[in-house]
Amino acid sequence: MDSVRYDGERARIPLALKILIAGGFGAGKTTLVSALSEVRPLQTEEVLTGAGVGTDDLSGVETKSTTTVAMDFGRITINEDLQVYLFGTPGQDRFWFLWDELAFGALGAVVLADTRRLADCFPSIDYFEQRGIPFVVGVNCFDGARRFSLETVRQALDLDPEVPLVLCDARDRQSGKLVLIELVEHVARQRGEPVPAA
Amino acid sequence: MRTESPGPQHEWLDGDAGPVVRPYTLTGGRVRSAVGGFDLVAFVLAEPGADLAAHPELQPEHRRLVELAGRPVPVAELAADLDLAVGVVRVLLGDLLARGVVAVHQPPRTAYLPDNDILKAVVSGLRAL
Repeated sequence: MDSVRYDGERARIPLALKILIAGGFGAGKTTLVSALSEVRPLQTEEVLTGAGVGTDDLSGVETKSTTTVAMDFGRITINEDLQVYLFGTPGQDRFWFLWDELAFGALGAVVLADTRRLADCFPSIDYFEQRGIPFVVGVNCFDGARRFSLETVRQALDLDPEVPLVLCDARDRQSGKLVLIELVEHVARQRGEPVPAA
Repeated sequence: MRTESPGPQHEWLDGDAGPVVRPYTLTGGRVRSAVGGFDLVAFVLAEPGADLAAHPELQPEHRRLVELAGRPVPVAELAADLDLAVGVVRVLLGDLLARGVVAVHQPPRTAYLPDNDILKAVVSGLRAL
């Protein structure tokens, strides 16, 4: 498939790839998006109404209580025809339905794990495993966080052997970038077309 | 969407309280686009020669969207730029699309996976960061 579609002779429409940044509350999702984004991280909101859970009944919307869910996102321009969009997933379980939209057509996901609260990332891992969405796990090394060996973390998470597990510092752009590269290479490997090392 | 609170400052109304106007007031209560869903990374591009004067019913937010879409902009960025909820922007974009004022380029759909050349480009682009 062509990476660029032409709209007449006017404007080239870039190809946008979506990468999800998931993990438990406080695992560093927003921090990672901020560290990697070339623009100040943007926030968009989704309004939850009755419509958010799939009803077409418009009457009475005005009486339903609404709440908004903020989603962080950032952008990395690879070249003029190719952009990567990072979307931080809403942390709370009750917003799972938003994940489906975010995950639709996504290239893959980074699950951030905090070793102080490892179980917080289980739901994210389950979600991507069940949907066959490629993901890598980044163990965010907070100051003062207990250090475990990667093998211990892998066992605790019961990760499939082929799922990459890396240490990272969500505040550090170079570190975050390596996690994304790990993900893209994992996606390529899953398709049997490994990206040659540079 | 964020509006100033009317009258004297109410102790409950501040930045954290969120918009005072209900978000879907802007769309006349419509919560679904007439045209269909737009992906968060669908690119919106204003049609050249679109004549907004022919559509006096459009609101300032519609016009702002058309201005922003002078270059291809994804839906998520439009929502962030206008400080509107994505759902609201989708409805407004549906109005614009129905009037032929903008074109919406959905990302590739079903079971699409970017080819290896694209993945290679992403990896080398990331390495260069």
